[in-house]
Amino acid sequence: MESLIGLLVGAPLLGAAVLLCGGRRLDRAGHWLGTALAASSFVIGLLLFADMLGEETEQRAMHQHLFSWIPVNGFQADVAFQLDQLSMTFVLLITGVGTLIHLYSIGYMEHDERRRRFFGYLNLFLAAMLLLVLADNFLLLYVGWEGVGLASYLLIGFWQHKPSAATAAKKAFLVNRVGDVGLSIAIMIMFTTFGTFAFGPVFEATGETSEGKLTAIGLMLLLAACGKSAQVPLQSWLGDAMEGPTPVSALIHAATMVTAGVYLITRSGAIFNAAPDAQTVVVVVGAVTLLFGAFVGCAKDDIKKALAGSTMSQIGYMMLAAGLGPIGYAFAIMHLVTHGFFKAGLFLGAGSVMHGMNDEVDMRRYGGLRKYMPVTFVTFGLGYLAIIGFPGLSGFFSKDQIIEAAFAKGGTQGWILGSVTLLGAAITAYYMTRVMALTFFGEKRWSETGKDAVHPHESPKSMTIPMIVLAFGSVFAGGLFKWNESFVHWLEPVTQFEHGHSPLSATAVTSMTVVALVIGVGTAWLQYGRRPVPAVAPRGSLLTRAVRRDFLQDDLNHVALVKPGEYLTRGLVYVDHKLVDGVVNGTAATVGGASGRLRRVQNGFVRSYAVSMFGGAAVLVAATLLMRAV
Amino acid sequence: MSFPLLTAVAVLPAAGAVATAAVPAAQRTLAKWLALCVSLATVVLAAVVLVRFDPDGDRYQLTESHAWIADFGVRYELGVDGIGAVLVALTAVLIPFVILAGWHDADTADDEKTAETPGRRWRPTQGFFALILAVEAMVLISFLATDVFLFYIFFEAMLIPLYFLIGGFGDRAHQHGEEEASRQRSYAAVKFLLYNLAGGLIMLAAVIGLYAVTADQLGEGTFSLQAITEARANGELDMATGTERWLFLGFFFAFAIKAPLFPLHTWLPNAMGESTAPVAVLITAVVDKVGTFAMLRFCLGLFPEASEWATPVVLVLALISIIYGALLAVGQRDIKRLIAYASISHFGFIILGIFAMTSQGQGGATLYMVNHGLSTAVLMLVAGFLISRRGSRLIADYGGVQKVAPVLAGSFLVGGLATLSLPGLAPFISEFLVLVGTFSRYPVIGIIAAATIVLAALYVLVLYQRTMTGPVKAGIEGMADLRVRELAVAAPLIALLIFLGVFPKPLTDIVNPAVEHTLSDVRQHDPAPDVEAAK
Repeated sequence: MESLIGLLVGAPLLGAAVLLCGGRRLDRAGHWLGTALAASSFVIGLLLFADMLGEETEQRAMHQHLFSWIPVNGFQADVAFQLDQLSMTFVLLITGVGTLIHLYSIGYMEHDERRRRFFGYLNLFLAAMLLLVLADNFLLLYVGWEGVGLASYLLIGFWQHKPSAATAAKKAFLVNRVGDVGLSIAIMIMFTTFGTFAFGPVFEATGETSEGKLTAIGLMLLLAACGKSAQVPLQSWLGDAMEGPTPVSALIHAATMVTAGVYLITRSGAIFNAAPDAQTVVVVVGAVTLLFGAFVGCAKDDIKKALAGSTMSQIGYMMLAAGLGPIGYAFAIMHLVTHGFFKAGLFLGAGSVMHGMNDEVDMRRYGGLRKYMPVTFVTFGLGYLAIIGFPGLSGFFSKDQIIEAAFAKGGTQGWILGSVTLLGAAITAYYMTRVMALTFFGEKRWSETGKDAVHPHESPKSMTIPMIVLAFGSVFAGGLFKWNESFVHWLEPVTQFEHGHSPLSATAVTSMTVVALVIGVGTAWLQYGRRPVPAVAPRGSLLTRAVRRDFLQDDLNHVALVKPGEYLTRGLVYVDHKLVDGVVNGTAATVGGASGRLRRVQNGFVRSYAVSMFGGAAVLVAATLLMRAV
Repeated sequence: MSFPLLTAVAVLPAAGAVATAAVPAAQRTLAKWLALCVSLATVVLAAVVLVRFDPDGDRYQLTESHAWIADFGVRYELGVDGIGAVLVALTAVLIPFVILAGWHDADTADDEKTAETPGRRWRPTQGFFALILAVEAMVLISFLATDVFLFYIFFEAMLIPLYFLIGGFGDRAHQHGEEEASRQRSYAAVKFLLYNLAGGLIMLAAVIGLYAVTADQLGEGTFSLQAITEARANGELDMATGTERWLFLGFFFAFAIKAPLFPLHTWLPNAMGESTAPVAVLITAVVDKVGTFAMLRFCLGLFPEASEWATPVVLVLALISIIYGALLAVGQRDIKRLIAYASISHFGFIILGIFAMTSQGQGGATLYMVNHGLSTAVLMLVAGFLISRRGSRLIADYGGVQKVAPVLAGSFLVGGLATLSLPGLAPFISEFLVLVGTFSRYPVIGIIAAATIVLAALYVLVLYQRTMTGPVKAGIEGMADLRVRELAVAAPLIALLIFLGVFPKPLTDIVNPAVEHTLSDVRQHDPAPDVEAAK
């Protein structure tokens, strides 16, 4: 069975190659080919999963060594895969949700003349993401890591004719690259410390080095994770990434790519467990992003940007859980999977709404859509209930566990983290209710006549079926995972598990979560459900306006990085031309007396140069011959 | 005596150059095909060299040695080691693409008419392709020569054909008209020549100095690399510290100009900007590699102690090159000058890897020379195709190209992604090896250099965004996509970039033992990992 692991990556990679190089001949069938290859990867994943379940708990990890990649003296990097329970979880999530989104895109991109290329990019993304979670060493993981960044760049900028899309794509790649620097430095430290960067040997050897080294590695890995997972301070790209087609937002910027950071931290658990300072930073980053994203989610009128804020916030939960160590890893991943279902479902629902509303994204121009799009309403609604943590649905179980673990961190830190996660839960309930109310309830704020006429309608089957499947996941996945603690037991051999000791009882935490939920939903309903909503956003307080501009993140970047950078490069161009060139030329001129000649050449006496050049060559040859004769 | 394979590799393009130049004026197509066939035949010979080369065998293989100027100990000595072998392969592989890409670069508008004029003497097409082959021959000899004087002669001589290639066949795309273009071109050609001649003269002094030292100490002067390194190893030749340092500086100065290293780099943007794209590739992807190659072979091999002495300064200059080149690339408004500054940044990486004095650094630097050649070739040649369509080198004149010419835009993007060292493409491997090799000895320099990958992404993606995306600009509508000939240039190079990014083992197997030899020349060992060192 091990030999199948490579095919997981190979199938979508083949699809990408064929679709991107195949030319227009494939225009008619390309999207089916891409979907079929994504689905075959999912089937292979299921086969391997069945095989894995047949093994003893401790014997489940599989390995496949393909070939020696970079053999240099003292440096060994291999193309080799490791499929254990953690990777398996990701494989099923990526290929499962990925296949659904392929299917959805067939309908969504139907009228796009470059649909074949879109599917090529989607396949490329799947291959890169699978490589990322299957690699058995950090350098190969890095290939998947940047490969995912590339696919994301191509997909965000898919509508390249729109300058905003091209800018957003570039921004995403650049901000991610800042994170990538972290990953490459982490690998370099590992190499000089352990002589290797393969998972097994590194994790086994953590005891043999100093905590300082491990903290450095941990912080660099965290930097990488912040880039890919859009965590503060590298969060600024995610909102703009919504320029991409909506299936992309669902697949990449909600369900899979942005979870790569959580994977990296969980995978490197052995390093973080031995570096408590690094863990603390992870937790802080998670907590700050959790609130940051939640506030941003409250302020956006663009449905996709509101959901993007929410994604940031939910991944903040996962980061926070991963930073808690063995009491949190399993819950981080559990929330990651349930989030994969309901967030993908929410995005696809948003796409379905846009599809029926002439690509309008401003929720203030929606309203009352539940009657026009019943399937979208129900599936979106189930996703909504899941994400706010409605008791019994997926998000309830996974988020509740994280809140409990946060309290269990202990001491003042535990209280702070617990309160932040509770506050986050209330805000989540608030902004999601706002989205729900603005979109599906209330008066309709659009018209079926006039120049902005829209005719909302339900989307085709190829779009609604994936939404229905994801809605099932949003409802049942959490309960299934919680059943007998099956998810925790499944992951335990990889991530280890310790029961956290919370100062509050589980019932108390759950009750408080439910109270937070009610407060959030109630406030939002009073504000947006009961009262008519203006179609143009009110000006709002200074704070509101700042939050609408994502806490001024882009303004800050502009002032702190972009402008000084422009001055610096412009200044250097001048310096290079006038100073460096001038000094070197001047020195040469003084030494060689060449300035007069230079001037002459600039006057156009090139021929004389040809002659003098030949003259020089002739002298050289003559001298050589002369020496010989002597 | 066995067949002189190495001589044949270099003589073949030289003979091809003469033959191409001799083609009658009216037969310009014949000249092109002749040049292309010769360059392809050279690829075959280079492949034979690679196959015959045994990575586990002697350091220098397929050696040839003949007395030449006996009175001065100058010998005609050729030999190939692992580092030379891959660079010979790079050169041989790139030239056919350079020729194919420059297929119409030397055509003149009145060609059809004058071609029929009897007695016409100036034959630009023949000259262009003959000069390219001449450069190839000289570069190949430089990679193969194991006699310092023999190397020196060709290191200098290649300036002559290059001078004419830059000055005589410039880029016709110039915003200030034909006359200004010709003025700029001459300036660039002379600047190139003066810079490199200055380096060459100083090196000549050092070469003579080396002869004097060997004559003094060994009784008989020699330029043989092997003889000198052997004599140094067994103690027969013991240079005074000061002498060694002066000689090192003389050699290094010439190579640093050629490479080029900050602050001696300013000739490159002029030369690459004003010459045609294929000639720019010839300069940066092939000729400049002689500089970095010679640092490895001659500076480290002949003057190990001085190399160690100079290391801190060289590393700092290399680091400045990396950052400075990248920042200036960001600030450029001219596509070709942008690529030139990116190359300066990349040469900084190569030199950093060489002087990090680790297996990963030097192995990475050697791979970097190959990979940079391939990635720059793709980016620059496709840029050339683009420029030839619009007739402008200014980034601001482009926009929305991907809409009308998607294959061109896609090839350009791949070239750009290779330039920013995207994992999966060959340059990533060499860049990471250089970084890790530097980091293991000089963590701070390694970290700063690693951070510049953000700048690389910036200049590449901004270039792509401004030229290829957005609404279609005036003057771009109706732009043709890549033609068959152009695709035949881009596609194989892209395939090579991917292949060597996934499976570089064929190269590393050849390079590894050679790097071991170089490291033993400078008596350096890789630092052991902390965990092992602690045991």
